Amino acid sequence: MFMRKIYKNKLGLAGFIVILAFAMLALAAPWVSTHDPLKADVMNWKAPPSMDHFFGTDEYGRDIFSRVIHGTRISMYISFLSVLIATFFGVSIGAISGFYGGWIDNIIMRFMDAVMSFPAILLAIGIMAVMGGSIYNVTIALGFVYIPRFARIIRGSALSLRQKEFVEASLALGSSDFTIIFRHILPNCMAPLIVQITLSLAYAILAETGLSFLGLGAPPPAPSWGNILSDARNLMLDAPWMTVFPGIAITMCVLGFNLLGDALRDILDPRLK
Amino acid sequence: MDELLSVKNLKKYFPGPKRLLGGIKHHVRAVDDISFHIRPGETLGLVGESGCGKSTIGRLLLRLISPTAGSIFFRGDRIHTLNRRAMRPYRKHLQIIFQDPYSSLNPRMMVKDIIGEGLKRTTRISAIERRERVLDIMEKVGLRPEQYSRYPHEFSGGQRQRICIARAIVMNPALVVADEPVSALDVSIQAQVINLLERLREELNLSYLFISHDLSVVEHISDRIAVMYLGKIVEMADRNQLYNDPQHPYTIALLSALPLPQVGRKKKRIILHGDIPSPLNPPSGCRFHTRCSRATGICRDSEPELKEGDTGHFIACHGN
Repeated sequence: MFMRKIYKNKLGLAGFIVILAFAMLALAAPWVSTHDPLKADVMNWKAPPSMDHFFGTDEYGRDIFSRVIHGTRISMYISFLSVLIATFFGVSIGAISGFYGGWIDNIIMRFMDAVMSFPAILLAIGIMAVMGGSIYNVTIALGFVYIPRFARIIRGSALSLRQKEFVEASLALGSSDFTIIFRHILPNCMAPLIVQITLSLAYAILAETGLSFLGLGAPPPAPSWGNILSDARNLMLDAPWMTVFPGIAITMCVLGFNLLGDALRDILDPRLK
Repeated sequence: MDELLSVKNLKKYFPGPKRLLGGIKHHVRAVDDISFHIRPGETLGLVGESGCGKSTIGRLLLRLISPTAGSIFFRGDRIHTLNRRAMRPYRKHLQIIFQDPYSSLNPRMMVKDIIGEGLKRTTRISAIERRERVLDIMEKVGLRPEQYSRYPHEFSGGQRQRICIARAIVMNPALVVADEPVSALDVSIQAQVINLLERLREELNLSYLFISHDLSVVEHISDRIAVMYLGKIVEMADRNQLYNDPQHPYTIALLSALPLPQVGRKKKRIILHGDIPSPLNPPSGCRFHTRCSRATGICRDSEPELKEGDTGHFIACHGN
């Protein structure tokens, strides 16, 4: 059913295929890549794209094609996991805050405002500087930074939904708060939530890239997309293939998530069927 | 025990707008010292202008909101002090139908889940039995079995209201609060829904608290009628008594606005001047004195009590 609907939405289908391709690439990275992404080959440094090195090599002679493929794995891993963290905590916090309101809401949301008052990337940089660079820390830092966005969206929806008469009707039937939140509030928050998740996946990819570029993401030899760009930034004019190919990968991935997000919003709203 | 539900001196004050310093200035007296009762199988109509506290009474009876003061007895049990858990056994006896059939149905639940939700919460019957009950009720309210797995957005307003009615009566309640159940519907659909409510009352021996601002609808369905003004009941009587011999000036004015389907009959239309005063700061004495044609000095100073005139005919007016 889902497949049939997404098939009708051409842009959504395109986004879905792109994301599916990246996800499969991430899973199959060791078999798809042609070289060891970490192995230096100084004889072949800064080689332009050829049959042996599809995307050329970098200044240490590492195969950029293999590095981009393995980078997919790292970037996808970080973005999915960090968004999962943000979604879980954001949705819980937002639902409690919006449903109960009053002073609970005030305390929680003021704290969220405090977190949000930092620019996301700056807060992530701060957290990374304290915790030290590792893939797990990047994931946790990005996850934390995105919690307030989810909390806000869910809180806003929950605040208006709990005023609805179907919530009152459910109370009149003797439902518990738990039931009301899970059966009546959260299902009706799905549309904005899905959109936020897909957009956040795209943001997380960009943020991870940004952090790696600044040397605060996955520690250097690891081939994350940001690291590849970071290594290549001084040679942009000399050897443009070093920046162009990871750049294309990042753009495609972010675009794919955005297209998919828009399509999902249309599909998941039963009123638009 | 011939009272299904009785309410004594019920009050609900909502906190008014806060001042910058020093807390709350006034309370909105949505429901101010109201007493009435409903007998088994009886329909009590509750009429009044918008904002006079009609819906607040409905929500108070179901304990969707808690009263500020006063008491509510259901079959002799006091339910106004119960907490949520203790209230649960009473839930299936007291149900509500809302005005807006759009916001009262969860758009993400199918008809079967909407109607079956209460059964799931309060009974331990199997899924098969629940299906039977839901289909049975759907037939009773005039929904087709193939609509069992549909979503609310696939239905029209009248059909949605039927779903709401089904959700309420599947619990086999004793009292249904119908909070303006037909105000949002087309006139032709109104009649269908009213007839449905009447038929269900006969079949299931229901009592209704029928809240409305539509006098002709209330006249049609009610056994007794209470007229509210600014959080107070000003007149309460049997339907015929009230419509043939209204006593309170407010009721007289309301009834004079009813169109009469009779050729050549002239009647005097009483126009009330001014707006309904704010319940934040209600007038002193009789709350109606600012708009009443018969008001005298005493109306400004002291509040009239709801007193029985003829048998069963209660009026709160100094003029009587």
